Amino acid sequence: MSEIKASFLPVTEKRPSLNEPVGSMTQAIARSDDAPFDAIALYIFTGLSALAALVATALTKDPSFRFHGWIMLAAFLAAFLTMSVGLGSGRFRSDSTRYADGVIRAGVIATMFWAFAGLSAGVLIASQLSWPRIFYFPDLAWLNFGRLRPLHTSAVIFAFGGNALIATSFYVVQRTCRARLAGGAWPWFVFWGYQLFIVLAATGYMAGITQSREYAEPEWYVDLWLTIVWVAYLLIFLGTIWKRKEPHIYVANWFYLAFIVTIAILHLINNAAVPIGLLESKSYSAFSGVQDALVQWWYGHNAVGFFLTAGFLGMMYYFVPKRVDRPVYSYRLSIVHFWSLIFIYIWAGPHHLHYTALPQWAQTLGMTFSIMLWMPSWGGMINGLMTLSGAWDKLRTDPVVRMMVVAIAFYGMSTFEGPLMSIREVNALSHYTDWTIGHVHSGALGWVGFISFGAIYCMVPWLWKKTGLYSDRLVEWHFWIATTGILLYIAAMWVSGIMEGLMWREYTPQGYLANSFVETVSAKHIENIIRTVGGLMYLSGALIMIYNLWRTIRMPSVVQTSPGLVASPALLAAE
Amino acid sequence: MWKAHAKFERHSLILLIGIVMVVSIGGLVEISPLFYLESTIEKVDGVRPYTPLEQAGRDIYVREGCYGCHSQMIRPLRDEVERYGHYSLAAESMYDHPFQWGSKRTGPDLARVGGKYSDSWHHDHLSDPRSVVPESNMPPYRFLAETDLDYRNIEARLTALKTVGVPYSKAEIANARADLETQVDAFAGEKSGLKTRYGAKVAQRDYDGDPEKLTEMDALIAYLQVLGTMVDFRTYKAEDPENLR
Repeated sequence: MSEIKASFLPVTEKRPSLNEPVGSMTQAIARSDDAPFDAIALYIFTGLSALAALVATALTKDPSFRFHGWIMLAAFLAAFLTMSVGLGSGRFRSDSTRYADGVIRAGVIATMFWAFAGLSAGVLIASQLSWPRIFYFPDLAWLNFGRLRPLHTSAVIFAFGGNALIATSFYVVQRTCRARLAGGAWPWFVFWGYQLFIVLAATGYMAGITQSREYAEPEWYVDLWLTIVWVAYLLIFLGTIWKRKEPHIYVANWFYLAFIVTIAILHLINNAAVPIGLLESKSYSAFSGVQDALVQWWYGHNAVGFFLTAGFLGMMYYFVPKRVDRPVYSYRLSIVHFWSLIFIYIWAGPHHLHYTALPQWAQTLGMTFSIMLWMPSWGGMINGLMTLSGAWDKLRTDPVVRMMVVAIAFYGMSTFEGPLMSIREVNALSHYTDWTIGHVHSGALGWVGFISFGAIYCMVPWLWKKTGLYSDRLVEWHFWIATTGILLYIAAMWVSGIMEGLMWREYTPQGYLANSFVETVSAKHIENIIRTVGGLMYLSGALIMIYNLWRTIRMPSVVQTSPGLVASPALLAAE
Repeated sequence: MWKAHAKFERHSLILLIGIVMVVSIGGLVEISPLFYLESTIEKVDGVRPYTPLEQAGRDIYVREGCYGCHSQMIRPLRDEVERYGHYSLAAESMYDHPFQWGSKRTGPDLARVGGKYSDSWHHDHLSDPRSVVPESNMPPYRFLAETDLDYRNIEARLTALKTVGVPYSKAEIANARADLETQVDAFAGEKSGLKTRYGAKVAQRDYDGDPEKLTEMDALIAYLQVLGTMVDFRTYKAEDPENLR
């Protein structure tokens, strides 16, 4: 039992433990320090990639492909030159007695940068829907709603969320395994490779390079690039687990691992496509019509399930107990929660296709599992919330804890709303309306955003060796402005969504449809404006956070006395 | 029982394999039958592959991200059938790579928009939506009428579509460029072979009001005008047992 409990603390004290081969392991790592093989391999890889990008850019006849070729060429050349200088001056040696924190610090900065970009894009497109006469520019095709909408969704999900996940997973896996990240220089490849993926995706949407598959818009060659990056990410994560000095794999890592592996499977199958040429940007999906629809929503819903849920639950399982100094509430609940969540989530996709041409047996299956999904979701919520047992006072004293607790509350709310909306009869009203948009944002802004902000507020002082944040009052401001913004947003979307759903199906006493479509558009004008204001408030909160973090980083550092691989300040053990 | 779980916590590969197995089941059970159950797609007359011009227009529809605001899937609900027309059949999107059913109606459904408005209405509406619908919040697409259609690789597009299962014939691929140019030429007449290849119902005219130029507007309107018009619902028996799924 004590072993089980041990796996259950986010931070275990250094114990003279079991049968761990510490000595041999550090030696092995030390040897690799003398000749940074990983860095040389990466160096060759970037060089070859630059060459491939050069050839492709030179030979293609497709202007879109050439545009992306230039971006890739610039990125690989920059990486190659940086590595030339770095290798020449003896950098890229990894000190196996310390955690690899540089790449996490970079990840935190990237996370906040993309948060700003993605939220701004959201405010812009919300403004376009509110004031189309002001925010559209007839001669600037790349600023149209159709091109910016995927930019917004990808920027917040994959750029902001993805960077937060990669950074926190690198942080958590090292601390809970008491091992430095595997792969030497390759975590930096994952970081920069992922940024390149984001830049290619975002510039592609604006230039009209898209598959128009929701949340999987990037074209085939960008998908291939992401696959390479993702495999490296998986190997680094697994490699770090293999090096661990703890007998058990901590629960947060189960969730991170499920997130990484499942996203890889979803990505590969959903993006199966045939390009019209090896030097052309355009491709056609391998599937069509009804099969394509279900593959896409199997992907789309599990992008929610595994990217936006499992990954961020991993975050919750580390940062909440760590911040409140308590062990996770229930070990058994997290086992049940983990396996049932990942098993059931994968079935839920068809609820996006109720009453469509998808066969009804598939719709019913999807609805059934979506309703069942309510239970594991709330199991996770209870496990997160009850971790505060004995530390509820921190809700009052620590605004970062409050942010994470409200995140879990939003998680509970949107995972209740989701099953509700997956019921066919409810879906008949809610589908195609703003209600869906409100539901997504209560999950994205409330759960994903707040748990990430909470984790970053925790990590920044730890990573930059500060006593604390620059200002807790600014965290308070961030919390209240952003929370009010979310409430405005989702309330406006509930009102407009249910209103338009009812207006679409409204009949006059004579038996005619009561409203033309455009009447339902103009009826939503006020709600669209309230939504824009809500989004603007959420963005303002993020700007306050960026300022606060920047001031924190500029504060004088605490002298670090503790050596390497001990998880910072020891925590209480579970009773 | 809880102790048995320690195996997963102590061996990363067992955990990994466990995860892969558990997440595979749902997808396998739900998705794979759609590829072999014959009842998945109705047997309907009239659905044909898009002509090269319509496909080029569809590629512009995809490029501009129209799916973000427009669905192409009419549900079998009274108000939708009365507002948009007969509910959508699976067969009607069987040649759509990718599908564009959409998930949001910021604007109306487009599954049967074909033939509902004139070409010139579409031209004006796309160029400046608020000139014809003052309350609209749709973006303007004036640039489509000013941009020449790029169809240098139209054969490659049809070939790729054939690879993923659209039954384009050799003749259709070989004549793709000619067929595309013919379809915007109202005076090309019958001799071109476009109608022998794609059927007598294919509309052949200048779509964007500017016969001098073959623009992206031509292609997009050609695509919009064919949407939902392929199946003749006077002869389709929706209540037939073989059409109920």
